[in-house]
Amino acid sequence: MTRSAQWLYGWLLLLPAAVLLALFTHYPAVATLWHSFRSTPKGSRASTFVGVDNYAQLVDDPIFWQSLTNNLWFALGTIPLSIALALLMAVWVNGKIAGRGFLRLAYFTPTVLPMIAVANIWLFFYTPEYGLLEQITGAFGLPAHNWLGSKNSALAALMVVTVWKEAGFFMIFYLAALQQMSPQLAEAAAIEGASRAYFFRRVTLPLLMPTTLFVLVNAVINAFRLVDHVVVMTRGGPDNATELLLYYIYEIGFRFWDSAYAAALTMVLLLLLGVVALLQFWFLERKVHYQ
Amino acid sequence: MSSVHSSRSVYLGHGLETAGAWLLGALWILPLAYAIWTAFHPGEYSTHFVPTAPLTLDNFARAWAAAPFARYFLNTILLCTMILAAQLVLCTLAAYAFARFVFPGRNLFFALVLLQLMVMPDVLIVENYRTMGALGLRDTIVAIGLPYMASAFGIFLLRQTFKTIPKELDEAARVEGCTPLQVLWKVYVPLARPVYLAYALVSVSFHWNNFLWPLIITNSVESRPLTVGLQVFSATDQGIDWSIITAATLLTSAPLLIAFLLFQRQFVQSFMRAGIK
Repeated sequence: MTRSAQWLYGWLLLLPAAVLLALFTHYPAVATLWHSFRSTPKGSRASTFVGVDNYAQLVDDPIFWQSLTNNLWFALGTIPLSIALALLMAVWVNGKIAGRGFLRLAYFTPTVLPMIAVANIWLFFYTPEYGLLEQITGAFGLPAHNWLGSKNSALAALMVVTVWKEAGFFMIFYLAALQQMSPQLAEAAAIEGASRAYFFRRVTLPLLMPTTLFVLVNAVINAFRLVDHVVVMTRGGPDNATELLLYYIYEIGFRFWDSAYAAALTMVLLLLLGVVALLQFWFLERKVHYQ
Repeated sequence: MSSVHSSRSVYLGHGLETAGAWLLGALWILPLAYAIWTAFHPGEYSTHFVPTAPLTLDNFARAWAAAPFARYFLNTILLCTMILAAQLVLCTLAAYAFARFVFPGRNLFFALVLLQLMVMPDVLIVENYRTMGALGLRDTIVAIGLPYMASAFGIFLLRQTFKTIPKELDEAARVEGCTPLQVLWKVYVPLARPVYLAYALVSVSFHWNNFLWPLIITNSVESRPLTVGLQVFSATDQGIDWSIITAATLLTSAPLLIAFLLFQRQFVQSFMRAGIK
């Protein structure tokens, strides 16, 4: 094949995907930036250039700041816990444990259920008075508590649902990595007299670093991307206690129809995701890989 | 002495671990078990756990009658099929280009594709809603699917797979007189079959469960997928009749759940395969 035929083939094969990517990923990202410097068209008033007005509004908006801090707490509360649980689950179902098949099933099932559906189940779970949680705490003589209706516990209640949903998903990636590890490593360590805990800390964990990085990046993205449970369970309340950034964008954009301000908010989210991408590349540069 | 002691503590440790694993497993299955209990028993038993409670399918029948679930099912199936078919074609072609052709701008284009792994359509809802309006596609099933069809994840996964296929096979087919597209169809696609299966399972479970974008872009029964239909149903129609809501919830998740229970091994291996690359 001639060089120019190679070029032509390459471009043509790429073309259909490139058109859709440009239309629904690259263009909207650039358009978000553009619209964040303009006003929202209202009635007959067309959109005009307003400079950094939308960003000024954002800086003065307490709900924005709360959604941002909520989201950071949400990320901090869900990511380490779900990764640690995922690792624990993977080690358990990779070993010779009684009822391994059932355990694998139990851990992974939340992953295939729609978040919207499980949020409904959990909503019932948390219901005051006759929800299951209330019945359990009531049986121990603990006082009644409205888990989703109270400012102090609503975000934590959502975190529990998220950890429950995601741990089994991340477990799969650890399980895949564990199954690729040579059993001779463990045999050699056993001959040398290394304890299981020592082996885990000094051999398994370092070998799992690439997987941990992969899982971590996914977990961070999900922490900012997944708000289905907020829609079902709390709608950002009570008193904005469960307002997450993307949910706030949704409210501003599609309940108050203020697309310009929503664009400015989206820029913050894009910036956050960009930082995650840069950190990932920086880590990869420093070679977390041992393979 | 010490060896007796240590073997006993190992034994004890093992027992504790098993207990811990089972406790966690029970906690993890509890919400689903609870939903199944509520959905299959009359309303008055939804919080009374007595083994003699009568079983019933009445909740499912009432849920099915209370909202156009048949239409929602059809919409979701159409949506998942359409997205998957488009993804398979688009991603295969693009991955083939990246894996086996040399052309100017290849690395730049690849970087632009990978960008979508970070900037997913899920966060670009405001602008994509505007675009769909301009295209006249709001409130259609096509509009739900379009932003996801050129999947960076799919392109990346298939490119990695195609790269592992020996070039000799490719060249042999060329010598036989195959055009590049024939080579793709006869050599690359058949050899990548397990990866296609893995990708298909991941894609279908993602789009069956997707919610926020479909919620925004649809507002009629004719285009709503199941997830949005379920939300509309449980938020407005039913007040707080939990028996019906849990029945509808199980109904919505049933096809994926049953498929998962039947093909558990394939599911788990597919998610693994998709993650390793």
